[in-house]
Amino acid sequence: MEEKKDIVICRCEDITLDMIRECIRNGADNLEEIKRTLRCGMGPCQGTTCMPLIRKELARYLGVSIDEIEMPTKRPPLLVTKFETILEGVEGEE
Amino acid sequence: MRSSANVVIIGGGIIGSATAYYLAGLGIKDIVILERSYLSSGATGRCGAGVRQQWGLDMNCQLAKASVDIFENLREELDYDIEYRQGGYLVLAHNETQVEQFKRNLSVQAKYNIPSRLISVKEALEICPYLDTSRFIAATFCPTDGHANPFLTNYAYANAASRLGVEINKFTEAREILIEKGRITGVVTDQGTIRTSIVVNAAGGYSREVAAMAGITIPTYSERHQILVTEPIEPLFQTMVISFQIGIYTQQVPHGSFIMGISEKEEPSHNINASWHFLEYMVGQAVQILPIFKRLRVVRQWAGSYNKTPDAQPIVGEAEDLPGFFQAVGFSGHGFMIGPSTSKVLAQMIAGQPPEIDVSPLTYKRFQTGKLILEPSVVG
Ligand SMILES: Cc1cc2nc3c(=O)[nH]c(=O)nc-3n(C[C@H](O)[C@H](O)[C@H](O)COP(=O)(O)OP(=O)(O)OC[C@H]3O[C@@H](n4cnc5c(N)ncnc54)[C@H](O)[C@@H]3O)c2cc1C
Repeated sequence: MEEKKDIVICRCEDITLDMIRECIRNGADNLEEIKRTLRCGMGPCQGTTCMPLIRKELARYLGVSIDEIEMPTKRPPLLVTKFETILEGVEGEE
Repeated sequence: MRSSANVVIIGGGIIGSATAYYLAGLGIKDIVILERSYLSSGATGRCGAGVRQQWGLDMNCQLAKASVDIFENLREELDYDIEYRQGGYLVLAHNETQVEQFKRNLSVQAKYNIPSRLISVKEALEICPYLDTSRFIAATFCPTDGHANPFLTNYAYANAASRLGVEINKFTEAREILIEKGRITGVVTDQGTIRTSIVVNAAGGYSREVAAMAGITIPTYSERHQILVTEPIEPLFQTMVISFQIGIYTQQVPHGSFIMGISEKEEPSHNINASWHFLEYMVGQAVQILPIFKRLRVVRQWAGSYNKTPDAQPIVGEAEDLPGFFQAVGFSGHGFMIGPSTSKVLAQMIAGQPPEIDVSPLTYKRFQTGKLILEPSVVG
């Protein structure tokens, strides 16, 4: 198992498989709690790469099928938007 | 799930988790938390997590100061890094009336050794160099105010409570409170019934619904409040910047992102959807105080519920009409900052000990007697 130690699961926030396993062992038995503890899924990609992997890991730990693990909510605006752009939008409407 | 308990706490936010922890610490056994979703799914996991001691009323200063004393040692006490930072709170004054009010507040704060002070625009710039100086005329600053990570604080309390033997049932909803001859006898959940004589309403946005299960009418209601977070950037300033007049607050968290929120006119509801209108309004107001924000990029926005009362102050204590029914609800926008001390006081009351801070004015009966609590410095 040693060689698995540094597998990075969430690239936005630099979260490794070991950190995720520890978090699950500490009682986080759903993706929302894992996300909130470790910030994985809160970066610019909103969990597109990491969540499916974490979901699989959690399902394995809990001994349930992947479909039983609910995916966390994605938050708007989904695309990283510059404040200036939002302001231009406001002015454009007037 | 247990079939009987000494205390059943409804709600696994900061209030429910911290109350369970302090109760267990007082030696009370067989405590159960019911949380209908995951931990921190309510307001706690959606909040700005700012911790301010600059209040205008004695009781609020006491609760806030006592919470800061707790926050300062929470990492050691709960063995969990909650990312608590004391970068201060800079409260902007926009006119002379506010300056006078803030001076009165400062004299109350001083009684409780809260190290806040009135500062000039020039001094404010030393703390936050990016403020637009045409937008305010003075400010108050308290260096020991700050913020924590709300999820981690919630989990730190929950984990510590569970180490002390508290049973936490996630994804378990309280549906009904059983009462016989004026006494609580149990709680019906979607996973079965628990016999108990003591129930704690820590249900946040659903406090009125839970009180109603006990036949108690309280005037709390939920109101959507929105918030956003930006991409992380290099550290700009440490302090929280707030304005009661604009209803705005913003702060850079240790991770490097800015979080910010602003109050909007909302009808009471359980709506927690994010809106585009908020984004435009928030950004428009923020860049007026802090023009440097134009270069920020928003990554996520979300919403949560303020659970409000007619005077924007919480209801805390045992219900006069139903012994064994305790409540800590209706915290408006400040339940995180006074959560630790309020939960501790509530635990003392449940355990039959004299509470270390007198919160008797927070009775729900005040809405009948008209003895409302008029706090001048609240984010509405
Ligand atoms: C956008 C926003 C920003 C904020 N910023 C700040 C801030 O900077 N500083 C500050 O101090 N405060 C702030 N607040 C307020 C703060 O978040 C709340 O006052 C505080 O978190 C309340 O904690 P709680 O435990 O009472 O409620 P919650 O965290 O809402 O917990 C209540 C829990 O009860 C559960 N529940 C409800 N009904 C049932 C039932 N029938 N059975 C089982 N479980 C049930 C819910 O699922 C929920 O998890 C903010 C709030 C919002 C929305």
